[in-house]
Amino acid sequence: MVQCLAPDGSVVREDLLPDPETRLELYRQMRRARHFDERGWVLYRQGRLGVFPPFGGMEASQVGTAAALTKNDWLFPTYRDTGAALTLGLPIARTLAYWRTSPHGWHMPADLKVLPFYIPIATQYPQAVGAALAERRQGTRNVAMAFIGDGGSSEGDFHEALNFAGALNAPCVFILQNNGWAISVPTRAQTRATDLSRRADGYGIPGVRVDGNDALATYHVTREAVDRARGGGGPTLIETVTYRVKPHTVADDPSRYRSEADTAGWDAKDPVTRLRTHLLNAGLMTEASEADLLAEITAEFEAALAEADSYPEPTPAEILDHVFAEPTPQLKKQRAEILAEHAAHDQAQDSKEQA
Amino acid sequence: MTATATPPTGTTKTMTMVAAINDALDIALAADDAVHIFGEDVGVMGGVFRATDGLQAKHGQERVFDTPLAEAAIVGMGIGMGLAGLKPVAEIQFAGFLYPALDQILSHLGRYRHRTRSRYHLPMVIRAPYGGGVHTPEQHADSPEAILAHTPGVKVVIPSTPADAKGLLLSAINDPDPVFFFEAIKLYRSVKEDVPVGDYRVPIGKARVVTEGDDVTVICYGGMVEVAQKAAAAATQAGIGVEVIDLRTLVPMDTDTVIASIAKTGRAVIVTEAPRTAGFHSEIAAVIAEEAIEHLRAPIVRVTGFDAPYPPFTAVEDVYRPNPLRVAKAIRQVMDY
Ligand SMILES: Cc1ncc(C[n+]2csc(CCOP(=O)(O)OP(=O)(O)O)c2C)c(N)n1
Repeated sequence: MVQCLAPDGSVVREDLLPDPETRLELYRQMRRARHFDERGWVLYRQGRLGVFPPFGGMEASQVGTAAALTKNDWLFPTYRDTGAALTLGLPIARTLAYWRTSPHGWHMPADLKVLPFYIPIATQYPQAVGAALAERRQGTRNVAMAFIGDGGSSEGDFHEALNFAGALNAPCVFILQNNGWAISVPTRAQTRATDLSRRADGYGIPGVRVDGNDALATYHVTREAVDRARGGGGPTLIETVTYRVKPHTVADDPSRYRSEADTAGWDAKDPVTRLRTHLLNAGLMTEASEADLLAEITAEFEAALAEADSYPEPTPAEILDHVFAEPTPQLKKQRAEILAEHAAHDQAQDSKEQA
Repeated sequence: MTATATPPTGTTKTMTMVAAINDALDIALAADDAVHIFGEDVGVMGGVFRATDGLQAKHGQERVFDTPLAEAAIVGMGIGMGLAGLKPVAEIQFAGFLYPALDQILSHLGRYRHRTRSRYHLPMVIRAPYGGGVHTPEQHADSPEAILAHTPGVKVVIPSTPADAKGLLLSAINDPDPVFFFEAIKLYRSVKEDVPVGDYRVPIGKARVVTEGDDVTVICYGGMVEVAQKAAAAATQAGIGVEVIDLRTLVPMDTDTVIASIAKTGRAVIVTEAPRTAGFHSEIAAVIAEEAIEHLRAPIVRVTGFDAPYPPFTAVEDVYRPNPLRVAKAIRQVMDY
């Protein structure tokens, strides 16, 4: 398993250290992601965010990998991968809107190739292969990165995608976040395989196992994979070994299927603390400069929250938008029905209020 | 007035729908060693809706078990189990996640008996929560029953009450052919009623007349029954007699009950929460047109979802899913024609 920093923050592979600016940027992105996760819980409890799947503790797995992309590359995130999407540049306000169940969260910025978070599992893997191939056919050097969980890697789509990507030499980077659980099912009950990166062997592509709580290591191996894909060297499967310290979603009760002891050890491996210790020890960050960073992140988040609050609620007929380029006659008729229905309802409401 | 096919007799116990389903599964496991329950999170956790709560502890890890996350393999493995003499009862976590398994269902599950000339048959049950009304994320509120109803060789059952859920599920598990059993998420915990204890069966293929009336027939099933009932109650206040029919089973459909009602009322409103085009409501309308057109006094009206994916946007979800007002309007429409 590739590792750059030990859990206590000490350097184990000097040769893998990215340059200082990159290390600081990775830390900044991890703090942004964690801030989102932490504020997300509070907002959920206040009824200002819907049910969302937390990812706290998996920041290195998401940030270190997504940070290896540029804005011309594709990102296919699952519902768990808010941290990866934020890292590539998905605006916080849009991300909040998504988890508020607002269609504004489905409007992806034109300068990004981030897809909305995928809810059905594994279905996006073959799609990433297609996007990657399309880029190559069009003569670019852009790559596609797709995420999946340990559970998702049991789906047929996962295996078919790896095989296609290998056979067609697609510039794809597959991130398999092994966070120990698929809702209540532990990885050992999901599969008899113990090293999921070796699934790559069956498809003739490189597989890498990396410490998923070490942002410098995940960044290093992903950069290698991205560079290889860009250079025409084909796909890579990267297994990030991490842990879902939080519940499956903010509404889940993990005490039904795992004990506190299962999780306890993983706090000591916290990815944010690990890089923080390293940066402080290496003199790249001081307590004071970190405080500035946190203030900046908090301000950025609050501004984004205000922006998300300003997005209007969808109107009733909007549910029929974007089904086809041109609405069918059926859809037009159904739209008229909804408008008439709600005009009548609003009128009744108005006269009630006037009475 | 409710008319169940086998009226509950003897002792009853008040239960929610999810408790009634759990009870049926428990009884089936105890009655027959061939019954096996499996799916994502059904074991240790007892299912995301707790429909299998406690069953693994009681009946063991061999008979109630968690599978890896792969719907095609869940159905495919179930087919093999069924071929080899077991009675597989699989859970698909949400009906919207049946899609990875559709090849297994369309290519195999539905045609095994046919292509082996009954040498093999598949006594498999696939349970899946479906439908909206509870603000779930994308794809968790789909109503794909028409896809299954269109697949030859599989039965489709959708209960709307706790007692029916228990009675129909026990019938499904004891049926020699594959049965899809859709459970309206909205109803899991919102209704409670007296449910007969012990092995209670409701036959597959018999509709239930929920309320009797002479003016309009409202045909519905699953999560739409309570919506139709509310509309019917309002119409009754306004002096319109509404007969609400809960189909309970889409395949085979109890056309006799539907046609007899149309012969009496001459008016039909059909309510489902699936998209409009080519839904099962269209099949019901076609059956009425074929077999009872001479009784019709007004065009048939469908109240359904729309031809767009089910919106996971809390603010406008209720626009998509039929509500009592929309059903009441349709009742007025067929009355005023
Ligand atoms: C095709 C499909 N089947 C089932 C589900 C329901 N479901 C949502 S998350 C989940 C577990 C996923 O586990 P894993 O792939 O390990 O990812 P993690 O949630 O741990 O990030 C399940 C079964 C789904 N979303 N899609």
